Amino acid sequence: MSSVAKKPSTGASGGSGRERAIDIVNRRLAKRYRVEKRFRFYGLCSIIASVVFLAVLLTSIVGNGYTAFFQTYIKLDVALDATMLDRADPGGSDYQGIIKKSINKLYPEVEDRRSKRELYALFSSGAAFQLRNTVMENPDLIGTTVTLWVPADDDVDMLMKGHIKRDVPESGRRLSDKQLGWIDRLAVEDRIEKRFNVTFFTAGDSREPELSGIWGAVKGSFFTLLITLVLSFPIGLAAAVYLEEFAPKNLATDFIEVNINNLAAVPSIVFGLLGLAVFLNFFGMPRSTPLVGGLVLTLMTLPTIIIASRAALKAVPPSIREAALGVGSSKMQMVSSHVLPLALPGMLTGTIIGMAQALGETAPLLMIGMVAFIVDVPGGFTDPAAVMPVQIYLWADSPERAFLERTSAAIMVLLAFLILMNATAVVMRKRFEKRW
Amino acid sequence: MMSPLALLLALLLLSAAGYFIGRRKALYAADKAGGPNMLHSRPNYYGVLTALWCCLPAFFLFILWLAFEQSIITSLMVADLPPGLRNLPQERLSLFVNDARNLASGNIVSGEITAEMRAAAAHYVNLQGIGKMIAGVTVLVVAIAGMLFVHRHITPELRARNQVERAIMALLIFCSTIAIFTTIGIVLSVLYEAVRFFQQVPVTDFLFGLKWSPQMAIREEQVGSSGAFGAIPVFAGTMLISGIAMMVAVPIGLMSAIFLSEYANKQVRAVAKPLLEILAGVPTVVYGFFAALVVAPVIRAGGSQLGIDVSSESALAAGLVMGIMIIPFVSSLSDDVINAVPQSLRDGAYSVGATRSETIKHVLIPAALPGIVGGILLAVSRAIGETMIVVMAAGLSANLTANPLQAVTTVTVQIVTLLVGDQEFDSPKTLAAFALGLVLFVVTLFLNIIALTVVRKYRERYE
Repeated sequence: MSSVAKKPSTGASGGSGRERAIDIVNRRLAKRYRVEKRFRFYGLCSIIASVVFLAVLLTSIVGNGYTAFFQTYIKLDVALDATMLDRADPGGSDYQGIIKKSINKLYPEVEDRRSKRELYALFSSGAAFQLRNTVMENPDLIGTTVTLWVPADDDVDMLMKGHIKRDVPESGRRLSDKQLGWIDRLAVEDRIEKRFNVTFFTAGDSREPELSGIWGAVKGSFFTLLITLVLSFPIGLAAAVYLEEFAPKNLATDFIEVNINNLAAVPSIVFGLLGLAVFLNFFGMPRSTPLVGGLVLTLMTLPTIIIASRAALKAVPPSIREAALGVGSSKMQMVSSHVLPLALPGMLTGTIIGMAQALGETAPLLMIGMVAFIVDVPGGFTDPAAVMPVQIYLWADSPERAFLERTSAAIMVLLAFLILMNATAVVMRKRFEKRW
Repeated sequence: MMSPLALLLALLLLSAAGYFIGRRKALYAADKAGGPNMLHSRPNYYGVLTALWCCLPAFFLFILWLAFEQSIITSLMVADLPPGLRNLPQERLSLFVNDARNLASGNIVSGEITAEMRAAAAHYVNLQGIGKMIAGVTVLVVAIAGMLFVHRHITPELRARNQVERAIMALLIFCSTIAIFTTIGIVLSVLYEAVRFFQQVPVTDFLFGLKWSPQMAIREEQVGSSGAFGAIPVFAGTMLISGIAMMVAVPIGLMSAIFLSEYANKQVRAVAKPLLEILAGVPTVVYGFFAALVVAPVIRAGGSQLGIDVSSESALAAGLVMGIMIIPFVSSLSDDVINAVPQSLRDGAYSVGATRSETIKHVLIPAALPGIVGGILLAVSRAIGETMIVVMAAGLSANLTANPLQAVTTVTVQIVTLLVGDQEFDSPKTLAAFALGLVLFVVTLFLNIIALTVVRKYRERYE
């Protein structure tokens, strides 16, 4: 294009005045090219800005979160004294007391009550449960001494991970100098180490960071999404087929279309209000359950699925339909045995994307009470449950430093699921996409 | 006794059986009439028709039962209560019934458990069992009756295909009207509670009042007429944060779209587009966490370096992160719109010697402007309705300020704080959330409809 611009655009001969037109054009040209370069640079900058944002987002989350996959454990020799344990009913014994006794044995010099309390605070309250489970599994252990790796309290864990600084004055940190000394002794005796945090992947929520996990939320998300998928895929498919293949062009179908397009852009929290007013208050469905969550998310993802499915149907060329009709099939047969099979991959892709959206959605679920603190791992569709994003929201609100890294770790797990789903959608699109 | 799931499974099995029975009957009838070609429809359609008659009426009955089970059983239980209890005032009776029901299902009971309650709960469980039994038997009987009914009518002349197709068509139409029902549901549910709110707080006070403090109104036993439900600060906060978000998202998103569609080569596009898609796929709760954890402290620290006092829940942090979230949205919408501009317009501009940027600025953008504006309107609607980022990073107190360094609150934050936790559907505090929801719905509806019409008109122009 530069060769075009260099020619004098006005037909006048260059002699008018001291300057020739070509010089003016050339001088302007340099300026125009500078503008061009600058504009291009702005464009590049905005792309780079987006990429940088993404990078900062991901690194800050990974940087905060990767430590949560490890947890500090302390080795404890527990004497299972037969006088303290009832062989006939091992479940009812005072395991907390046994644990405390073994801690005392480790630090015989600690005697006054306040120091003892500080000492016990180094160990998670989950130690007693762990001991109980061990004994319940194998009652023959009673009378022997077992070596257990019990979880350390979250403050100890944070110290080991370097989030509690030793050089801060004692009043400004959550562990006293005395406690630091005990921990150092544990380290010298090789009684403290970081191990892979299995609890994080197997436990439900808890007030104690070291005992909390995402399994409850993962299962809750699974049940919720199952309901969403089972409802929204067939309904979305049917609606798309009707609107694309059968619907007459009239006011009613126009109205439906406007509705669908608008619902796709309605804020998700409004669907939560709908769920609260209709499903909970009017139909009296149980709060905080995957059932209601699934219903609300179904209504929310339906427009996405319908729009994607219609695009997939539109991409099937008319010749296929004409051929089917030509050999005498009815319209319904034409759709069900010719158009649908060809459009199905596209519809499934749209559905996966809709599901990914539903998996990351939080706001409407807050409205239907899925923010409750739920310790139990849900076992079905009508058990109170949390979902992954809500769990993240709840943990993000907790003041403990240890929950911060758990929040980031939960986000990493959630993002992994989302990336997996989206990658599946992309692969499916690549594999089944047909250009006619 | 039969659980709903088992009943559903039985129904499914019966329908499957119905399919084979109907198909066999059709083939048998055809054989008698002179071969399978004598059938009006393919044999499968007779099977499907039988299955439909078997499951549809029974399923309908089943849904009805599920919907009304609780109220029927409860009223039966109340009728059988000892007269002393039955004559209790309405609230106490319903409290008792609730407790009995909770006891029956093993939940926590509000008061202490009395012998009467125990008896009522036992009776409830008993009735539930009987009800389930009756429902199960009725549903199965209806299913079998439907099956037998069609079975008797199957002849080679029966237009099974047409009937099946009509049924499927009805199903398709029903599914596509769900969108309408959803909209109606939203409007009714939000409007109903909002009207109840406006009975207690005048509309004008709500829309034009300058003070928003819903919590205070509860504590001092006052009904909101004190002006505590003036939503202007909330609206202003929403606009401030959305405004900041748009200032980030529109230039960056638009320039990214222009760069990707007009300048970038294939390789750059192949890398940048998926990255933008990842940015679009990050859940909003993650952005909220990012805003609260990283962005807000950075802004605060930057402010104190310059000697400016920045709130830790500043509108700037929430707005910035929201803007980042919306970048891919703006960029993909603008990308579509710019690609829809015919190549001939670009060629025309190049042929008179315009540079690329001049073509973009003077030809492409004016041509694509309606589409771009539509996309931006959709983005605004998205920013106004965005919840998690502001819930996690913006403030709760409603300050009427235009200073982005102070904490402001938004409509969605208020809805969440008012509705999470205890809800009392007779206090203006809870109902105010629905009034805000109504405003949110109406405003976004308005924006969406304008945007969608503009974009549609624009598309049609170049098609």
